[in-house]
Amino acid sequence: MKVEADQVFANNQAAAAVGATGAVIKMKGDKVGVFYGSKQALFDVDLDIYERQVTALIGPSGCGKSTFLRCLNRMNDTIDICRVTGKITLDSEDIYDPAIDVVELRARVGMVFQKPNPFPKSIYENVAYGPRIHGLVKSKADLDNLVEQSLRGAGLWEEAKDRLQEPGTGLSGGQQQRLCIARAIAVAPEVILMDEPCSALDPIATAKVEELIDELRENYTIVIVTHSMQQAARVSQRTAMFHLGELVEVDDTKTIFTNPSEKRTQDYITGRFG
Amino acid sequence: MTDVSADLATQAVRPNDRSLFVRDERTTRRHRAEMRFRMMGLAAVTFGIIALLGLMASILNNGVSSFSQTYVKLAINLDASKLDKSGKRDPAELQKVTTFAYQPLIKAALVKTMAEHGISVDGVNAKQAAELISKEAPAQLRRYVLAHPDKIGETITFELLAAGRIDGYYKGRVTMESAALDRNVSPEQLRLADQMREAGILEKRFNWSFFTAPDASDTRPEAAGLGVAILGSAYMMLVVLVLSLPIGVAASIYLEEFAPQNRFTDIIEVNISNLAAVPSIVFGILGLAIFINIAGLPQSAPLVGGLVLTLMTLPTIIIATRSALKAVPPSIRDAALGVGASKLQSIFHHVLPLAAPGILTGTIIGLAQALGETAPLLLIGMVAFVREYPGAPPEGFFDPASALPVQVYNWTTRGDPAFVERASGAIIVLLIFLAIMNITAIILRRRFERRW
Repeated sequence: MKVEADQVFANNQAAAAVGATGAVIKMKGDKVGVFYGSKQALFDVDLDIYERQVTALIGPSGCGKSTFLRCLNRMNDTIDICRVTGKITLDSEDIYDPAIDVVELRARVGMVFQKPNPFPKSIYENVAYGPRIHGLVKSKADLDNLVEQSLRGAGLWEEAKDRLQEPGTGLSGGQQQRLCIARAIAVAPEVILMDEPCSALDPIATAKVEELIDELRENYTIVIVTHSMQQAARVSQRTAMFHLGELVEVDDTKTIFTNPSEKRTQDYITGRFG
Repeated sequence: MTDVSADLATQAVRPNDRSLFVRDERTTRRHRAEMRFRMMGLAAVTFGIIALLGLMASILNNGVSSFSQTYVKLAINLDASKLDKSGKRDPAELQKVTTFAYQPLIKAALVKTMAEHGISVDGVNAKQAAELISKEAPAQLRRYVLAHPDKIGETITFELLAAGRIDGYYKGRVTMESAALDRNVSPEQLRLADQMREAGILEKRFNWSFFTAPDASDTRPEAAGLGVAILGSAYMMLVVLVLSLPIGVAASIYLEEFAPQNRFTDIIEVNISNLAAVPSIVFGILGLAIFINIAGLPQSAPLVGGLVLTLMTLPTIIIATRSALKAVPPSIRDAALGVGASKLQSIFHHVLPLAAPGILTGTIIGLAQALGETAPLLLIGMVAFVREYPGAPPEGFFDPASALPVQVYNWTTRGDPAFVERASGAIIVLLIFLAIMNITAIILRRRFERRW
C-alpha cells in the first residue's frame, strides 16, 4: 500500500511541485463534481491531501469547500439528491466504489463539525461510543484507558477527569468542541475533517483548538474548512482556495498568503471580496 | 425626481415639539387595537373555561351519586328445606334451585327484622315492603349459596341492594310527590324506608360494586356496574398498545429515516394524514367487514375492538413519532455517522432515545383517543348486553365484552332515570382514566426530556 501511495505521489509530484518534500498523498480528489439535484455545486476539483499535514480549504460562503470536505467521508450520502462524480481515493482506494463499506470509511476518516455536537450523554459515553461500536477494546479497563488517552489527546483530560459521568452538553462551547475532537480521535482515524470547527467559539477557545490541531498533525492528516484567513495561515501547511464551486488554486500556505498565482485568491485574501 | 425625494424627506421628519408623554392619535389607535385583541383572546379563554366548568359541574352533579348506593342489612336464614331438599349439598342440585326459591327467604327475613324493630307503616303489606329490596337481591343470595354450599341452614347477615327508587329517594331523584304518581313506588314505602334507615337496617355507603359488577337489565339500575366495561376497555387498550406502538414506530422510522423521497412515499404520507381525519365509524365498518365477516373473528370481542382502534390510532402515533424524529437535530445524526456508526445504530442509539418522550406522548394521546372512541365499537357488536366477565387473557380477548364509552351510550338509551346517574358516573370514571393517561404522558415527557 505504501509503495502504491508513493507511486501515486511520484506521479503527482510534478503537479504539486511545491508540496512539502517527502510528503505522502493520503487522499486524492480527481475531477470531483457534486450535484444537488440538477444544480452543480462543485466543478472538476483536483486536490491532493498530504499525510500528517493540515490542509486548509478557504473561500467565500457557498464556494463548495464544505461540500468537498463532506465528500471525503461521504457524509453527503445522507442528502438524497446529492450526486458525486469523479474519483476520490483514500490510500489509492476509491471511496465511492460501491463495494466499499462506508461505515469503515468513516471510522478511518473522522469528522468534527461546525457546531459542537456532543451526544446528550455523559462525557465518558461520548468518547466511548465510537470504540464500542467498532469493537476496538476488549475490556472495561482498556476502554477507560482509551477514553483517557483520547481526552488527553484533545487537551480536555485535566478539565474533564473529575466529571466524566456528567453530560457532555454541560461543557462550555470550546470544551464541547474538544470533546468532539476526542470522540473523533477515539476511533483512531487516519484523517480528521474539520468543518469550521472554531466558528462557534470565542477567541480563547479558538486558540486552544488551533493549538490542538497543530499537535494532532503529528499523528493525523487534517483537512480544515475555515472562514478565517488568520486561522488558515496559523494552522495549515497547505491551503486550497475555492470560488464558485471551482478550486482556484492550491499551494503551500506561505505561498498562497504571500505570493498567490491567481488574482482571485489575492483579492479574497486581502478582503476585496467574499 | 429630486422633488419627490425631497418631499418624502420632509414627510418623514417628526415634529420636534412633541413629548414622549403625549400620545398622538395614531399611537392611541394602535394601542386600542392591541387592547381589543387582548380582550377578545381573554374572552375566548374565559368562555372556554366556563363551558368546561359547566360541563364538569353537570357531570359531577349527575354522576357523583352513582358512587354511593343504598343497602338493606338483613339476617337471612338460609333454609335448607327450601334450598336443598335432598340435603346432599350436591352442586348440580343446588344449581337447579332458581331465584324464585330465594325470594321468600328475603321476604321472611325482612318481616322478621321489621317486627324486631317495631317498624310498620299503614298501607304497606309484606309484599310491598319486600319491594324495597332490589330484584337483584335473590340472585345475589343465590350466587352466595352456590359459592358456599356449606352455609345452608345457617343464618347470615347480608347487605342487599335496595330497589332503584329507594336508592333514588336518598339521592334526591325520587320525592314523596313523584312517588305518589309512580307505579313502582308509593309514599308509604318511602316512609317505611325512612323508618328502616333510622333503625339502621337501611344505609347508604360507597358503591364498590359500581366498578366491579357487570351491567344489569333495564329494571335493575341499582345493580348495574362497570366491571365488564372496564375489563373490556383494558383488554382493548392492551391490544392497541401492543400492536400500534411497534407498527407505528417502525413505520415512522422507515418513512422518516430510510424511505427515499419520491412520488410513492409522498402518496403514503398524504394518505396517513388523510387516515387521521377519517371518521371513526368508517373504521368500524371496515372492522366489521374484514375482521368479523372475512376473518371470522367473534363479535363483541376485545380483540376485534382493539384491532379496529389500532387502525384508528396508527395515524396519530405515526404523525407524532415522525414529528418527534424530525425534532431531533440533524447534528446528532451527523455526529453518530461521523464516528462510523451505521444508519441503524445512529437511529437506535441516538435518535430514538431523544425522540422517545415525543413518541410516548403521542402514543398515550392516541391511546386516550382510542379509549374514548364509541362509534366503531357499536358496529362490531360491543354494544351488546354482556353480563359475563371476559376470561383471562389470551382467551379473554375473544370473549364478548363491553367498553366504557359504549356502556355510557348504552345506559343513556335506557328509560329509568337511575341510568342517567349511572351513565354520568361512567363518564366520570372514563374521564378519570383519560386524566391519568394524560398526566402519565406529561410526566414521561418531563422525565425523559433532554436538552441538546
